[in-house]
Amino acid sequence: MIQTGSYNLLQVLFVLVFAPLYAGVLARLKEMIQSKRGPSIFQPYRDIFKLFHKDERVSDHTTWIFRITPYLVFVTPIFVTILIPVLTDYPLVFAFMGDMLAGGFFLGIAGFFAALAAVDTGNPYGPMGASRTRMVGFLAEPVFMIVFFTVSFVAQSTIPYIVQHRWVANVAAFFSPAHILLLIAFLMLILAEGGRIPVDNPSGHFELAMIDESKGLEYSGRGAALMKWGGQMKFLVLTCIFLNVLVAPWGLAHGANVSAVLASVPEILLKVLVFAMVLVAIETSLAKLRLFRISEFLGAAFITSVAAMVTSIFPGG
Amino acid sequence: MVSNSVAEALNALCAGLILISAFGMVATRQVQGVLRFFIVQSSLLAVSSAVLGFGRNSLHLWALAAITAAAKVVAIPWVLRRLLPGDYYERREIAQAVNIPASLLLALLLTVFSEFLVAPIATAANDTVIRVNLPIGLAGVLIGAYSLMARREAIPQLIGILAMENGAFFAGIAMAPELPIIAELAVAMDVVLIAVVVGLLTRTIRKTLGTTEAASLSELKEEPPVWR
Repeated sequence: MIQTGSYNLLQVLFVLVFAPLYAGVLARLKEMIQSKRGPSIFQPYRDIFKLFHKDERVSDHTTWIFRITPYLVFVTPIFVTILIPVLTDYPLVFAFMGDMLAGGFFLGIAGFFAALAAVDTGNPYGPMGASRTRMVGFLAEPVFMIVFFTVSFVAQSTIPYIVQHRWVANVAAFFSPAHILLLIAFLMLILAEGGRIPVDNPSGHFELAMIDESKGLEYSGRGAALMKWGGQMKFLVLTCIFLNVLVAPWGLAHGANVSAVLASVPEILLKVLVFAMVLVAIETSLAKLRLFRISEFLGAAFITSVAAMVTSIFPGG
Repeated sequence: MVSNSVAEALNALCAGLILISAFGMVATRQVQGVLRFFIVQSSLLAVSSAVLGFGRNSLHLWALAAITAAAKVVAIPWVLRRLLPGDYYERREIAQAVNIPASLLLALLLTVFSEFLVAPIATAANDTVIRVNLPIGLAGVLIGAYSLMARREAIPQLIGILAMENGAFFAGIAMAPELPIIAELAVAMDVVLIAVVVGLLTRTIRKTLGTTEAASLSELKEEPPVWR
């Protein structure tokens, strides 16, 4: 109990420590593909460090929502982390406290408060970004739901650890059309939720075109650092769900001793690096969609996920 | 048998991707994109029939894979590219009878319909490959037929026909793996000829009228209308 609890702590530490690195590697890879040098992969750490040491300015006209939001944005990915397999392939203490839906709810709370805080400031760009994020959000929601339905049809459970065991145990299920369709739908969902390129440009600094970034414009100092770090952790957590539960449930620790768990860290990092390369390839080969084309993109994701569900119900899946 | 189960797994993987590329053909606006999705779908068909030919030791399936790869992955795209200039393929916003989200929903309905339709047969078949290929092949046929109706441009319509044929072949390699090579060859030759004829026709129409939109070709007027 205490032992697996400490592994849970290790998982949280893994996400805390490596989330900025993941963001840095993504940015660097993207610059390299565009034949530029790009910032160091440790730049996000420096940014966060710098922001923590700066003064925080909070407008008099904001309410408690504005002040509480950075902490929520920072804490919710950690809550999701203790529910999902990040390093181990056997369930840890809190594994049965909530399923993938609970993870979705946690991230939903963070998104909800971030949108409220953006409206709270009265900055003209904040509410615009918030309403756009909500637009992307409510289009992504049905895809999330259908993905969960499909997963529960195939694996008879939505606890991530159990789902992941179903895929490992059964090669036929791994290659089934339903699984492939599900993967593609979930990948499109990650692109939308993470604010990556076909939906949103993570490195854009033009306020009118921002979707995800503009919510944090009013934050400074510690608040900005927490918002940034939280966003990076959320993206790493989504990547971990995608990789460890749905795509490649290999490389996770089997043994219940500390060395096995620590040995899985480089393997997981390697998997995340490969995924980062795929992501960068997608991002550099696509153009950002116009705002009202996003509904088509997520509509396609929805169609794919429903097709996955349909093929999983009928005998072919 | 190990290799057979691996072949079946890879075939199932191809099945999922073939369905995705059928959706892709419905969802793309650019003619170029439609052609690319068609090339992807045809190569997946070739891969899946080669893999099944390997798993089941069937020379016919190997031959089918080779014919598909030669005709649909190489010859047809090459012919179509040669016959029409590059700017035709780069054009976006090809006029459609139904807009793209609605088209996608209809494609989804067609998929559900074909799954529902073949479910009794697939359950009775007791063969993994038939269970996977039959519904997705039928869905491919129906989605191809749908894009034939919804698309207004000549080349995407042609690709709709070819995609129907892809779907039929994908179902066919599961149902009748011993189909005589002569039939496959005949179909493959036919398909290339169709591509040449339609391509030439489109080229001539485009030269004289400046458009290839099938909808506006049905208007019959004394003086030439303003072509877009």
